[in-house]
Amino acid sequence: MRSRILASFTALLVLLALLVSARCPGLVAPARAEERPIRVWHAKRDAEARALGEVLATYQGATLDVLPIPYDAFARKLEASVPIGDGPDLFIDQHDRLGNFRGRNIVAPVGDALEGEAAFIGPALDAVRAQGAIWGLPIGQKCLALFVNTALAPEVPADLEGIAELKSTLPRGVYPLVYEAQGLYAHAAILGAFGVPLLTPDEQFGVVGPDAARSLTLVRWLLDQKAIPEDAQGALVGDLFKAGQAAFAISGPWFTGGLSEAVKQRTRVVPLPRVRATGQPMRPLLGVEAVFITPEGARRPEVRALARHLASAAASQVRLRIAGIPPARADVEVPADDPFVSAFVEQAKVAVPQSSSPASRSVWDPMDRAIRKVLRGVATPEEALDEAKHRFDDVRRPLPPPASPAPLALVLGVLCLFGAMRWLRQARSGELGPALKRSLPAYKYVLHAVLVVGVLVIAPLVVGAATSLFASRQEEPQRYVGLANFIDILTARGGPLFASGSFYLVLAVTLLWTAVNVFFHVTLGGALALVLHRPTLRLRALYRVLLIVPWAVPSYVTALSWKGMFHRQYGAVTGLLEWLNGVFGTRLEPISWFSSFATAFTANAVTNIWLGFPFMMVVTLGALTAVPDDVLEAAWVDGASRWQRLTLIVLPMIRPTLAPSVTLGAIWTFNMFNVVFLVSGGDPDGTTDILISEAYRWAFTREGQYGYAAAYSVLIFLLLVGATRTLNRRKLPAESAKEAQPAPGDAAAQIHTEAA
Amino acid sequence: MNRKPSLAESIASHLVLVVAVAFALYPVLWVVSLAFSGARPPEARVFPVPHDPTLAHLEAVVLSTKKVGDETIYLFARQALNSILVATATAAAGVLIAIPTSYALARFRFVGKEAGVRSLLATQMFPTVASAIPLYLLLDYLGLLNSRTGLVVCYASTSVPFAIFQLRAVFESIPVDLEEAAMVDGATRFQAFLKVALPAARPAIAVTALFAFMSAYNEFILAATLLGKEEMFTLPVLLQSYIGEYDAQWERFAAGALIVSLPVMALFYVAQRHLVSGLTSGGVKG
Repeated sequence: MRSRILASFTALLVLLALLVSARCPGLVAPARAEERPIRVWHAKRDAEARALGEVLATYQGATLDVLPIPYDAFARKLEASVPIGDGPDLFIDQHDRLGNFRGRNIVAPVGDALEGEAAFIGPALDAVRAQGAIWGLPIGQKCLALFVNTALAPEVPADLEGIAELKSTLPRGVYPLVYEAQGLYAHAAILGAFGVPLLTPDEQFGVVGPDAARSLTLVRWLLDQKAIPEDAQGALVGDLFKAGQAAFAISGPWFTGGLSEAVKQRTRVVPLPRVRATGQPMRPLLGVEAVFITPEGARRPEVRALARHLASAAASQVRLRIAGIPPARADVEVPADDPFVSAFVEQAKVAVPQSSSPASRSVWDPMDRAIRKVLRGVATPEEALDEAKHRFDDVRRPLPPPASPAPLALVLGVLCLFGAMRWLRQARSGELGPALKRSLPAYKYVLHAVLVVGVLVIAPLVVGAATSLFASRQEEPQRYVGLANFIDILTARGGPLFASGSFYLVLAVTLLWTAVNVFFHVTLGGALALVLHRPTLRLRALYRVLLIVPWAVPSYVTALSWKGMFHRQYGAVTGLLEWLNGVFGTRLEPISWFSSFATAFTANAVTNIWLGFPFMMVVTLGALTAVPDDVLEAAWVDGASRWQRLTLIVLPMIRPTLAPSVTLGAIWTFNMFNVVFLVSGGDPDGTTDILISEAYRWAFTREGQYGYAAAYSVLIFLLLVGATRTLNRRKLPAESAKEAQPAPGDAAAQIHTEAA
Repeated sequence: MNRKPSLAESIASHLVLVVAVAFALYPVLWVVSLAFSGARPPEARVFPVPHDPTLAHLEAVVLSTKKVGDETIYLFARQALNSILVATATAAAGVLIAIPTSYALARFRFVGKEAGVRSLLATQMFPTVASAIPLYLLLDYLGLLNSRTGLVVCYASTSVPFAIFQLRAVFESIPVDLEEAAMVDGATRFQAFLKVALPAARPAIAVTALFAFMSAYNEFILAATLLGKEEMFTLPVLLQSYIGEYDAQWERFAAGALIVSLPVMALFYVAQRHLVSGLTSGGVKG
């Protein structure tokens, strides 16, 4: 008993300590803005972070407070914190998000931080220019170039087609070229050779016309020639090149850092080749790294001085030396004999600066999908591009017109009136008073939780739900639009009701997803629990712990591990098939998991079943302990078969205990965004997306249309509430029997009826 | 039942379990293999054996440092401590707030109980994608941004409802006779709760706390968004920082993931006996 109290006390103390430690910085007299250190945020790692550290260490003007932030969280953190005055004074990012930053008032013009325009390379400075002002100081340029394995390819062919033709002369299993063919970032370099822009000058979808289609046909040809591996993403590009299984690789300056000395010896970098079809060089996208100043930081001269320092020639030299970042200044010499950096400097001269308009970000997702569709051979380039343009227009469609809030006010008013009248009637009937009085002791137990849940859960939720009545986009201010978001979603934005990505189709997939997962969670978990529950089983504790492992390891890691296992060429599943072929002489073909709905859905489902079965197993084990042995014994004596004992005795007895957990599991699965996002990512073509991942896309990858995402959330909420209500209503007779029991406050009676 | 199981039955059940264990461990073993691999030539393999074994990734993760003035801070140790602190506080806050409430829900009848429980269940159905930003603004209003307390408050917003549901079912499953006997002997209702019901619910409380601990321990988006100092970050944020804009250090990511999951595995191992009994009656009733 005492230990119990002691434990709670320790917990309370920990909580208190946390509160105090958190408050500590606040206890020190709040520094005036001018005195506090300059806050610098960045998303650099490794060599680039070291270079940045060295540059910052040589700055003497003020104390600094430097915060590295994971890239995935960087933009979101800036957007959340700068508007409320809690952000950095200065941050480093690539220029292509400038449009969003300007729209959200996250950056200010650099003003006198810019010494003179002549010091910088023209295009780099143009990248951060908007509306006649300079919004950032360029500190580096990043674009793709060609890495050459000189051991495999002593000569560099003149064009891309020439590289592909090396296939016949290279050793078996060696690819002429490896690059992330499935993504727009690399493909944009080929589009550049065809003179196709991503965005037209009036901010419309630019990847249209015969030349755009020809660029896709070219990549399809590369794949057909087996000049590039299929499905080369992420680490695979590097692994193939480092292992000497690719003669050329297209990658950026960041690639150099990951090469071992031995690999570096046989590697050199040259500008990207020409494309024979057009005779033009490939023109990769150019990203300009820049120092940005927030509106708060712009008021402080020492922040501007720091920005100047970061963009100085000396700092550029440091970044060049440590991280191999091509400088954005005209007055920094790059040693011409450097086998890595000089090529990037040359390449930058023909590169196409990325657009910084918010609209350009909406090109990416549709184009990625279009490229993948063509490479998979399920669509012609023309069809795929048409679809991509349609998707782009869908995201960029004009926001609904502002609506009058009067109807909302009216409905709210009527609801309030109605509620008040109901209360009044209850109060007058004279039942409420005594009932409340009887409830008083209970309120002492729940008051704090009501407060906590009300403030932390319900209030944000109500506000979040209310945003569904507003429409907004990165650069456009929020406006009240009434139910327009809901109408848009429910009418599939004017398109066919069952088109890919429409609410109804996604809902159907979500229902299938939930049904399949819950079914396998319960059957697999239940079956294992039954086996584990056998009284004579040895090693039970060991099995139990090992089977819980999927639940204990962070799911974002294991989901990625599953994705790797499903890789068509190098995944463990393919390895398994080959092994089976070897052992049993079968002829199982590797499966291209993410190219059809059925297989991609299966991959997602297997991952999620793997993640979720331990929970159901543990719950079932718990429920089984409540099945008394003597009942089973009696049934056995009566000659009941094993199957009969299971279906007639065990299952009916554990069902009530399992039902709530199954409900909770179904809700979790319905909203399981992680697995879909990490494993299939919606592939192929968004068909495996479920409602919640669709909501996430609207909020985070489709120009921050939070109102639209909130409308999805409200619809999900209504669906789930509706479903649980219907399910509950079906067991209503039992419930009402319970309600009919007298003796309120008599807990014993209540418990007994519930047990009965 | 004292029947001796046949040998075939015994073998069959072990076979089933071994296959299940292989299924459960296989993807995790790939993570282990990646964490200890040096250069990896890409090829489809069946057995997750590290290629060119090395401890370099593990070292890089554990020994990552940051210089503040002349002082060297071991970030990993600091962040591991933060993770454990934040997760423990979340679990403690969740459970402490939930215990009296769930007890009242299980034992008392009061006006608004049904409506309260129903709306609490409903909150579990609303995706967080829409409520995250309001929660952030709320923390700003409370002055809790850039603090671990703010993070705990955020996590508590999910752990409290969950703990209430779990523990309510637990208290309902504990027979009231003992408490009534105590009250007949002169104990107040509160004493009966504190000295009779609470000890009986101990395993279940431990398990509920473990769940709350885990969910807070593994979260990174909120942690990266809310916290403003590298020394304050939690371990999942460190892990996430191995994934950059253009490239990722998957080996370090895997190595970090393994270390991150060690404490959870240890807790699971210690708690596994309770895990079964504690969940017996857990769950949600609408």
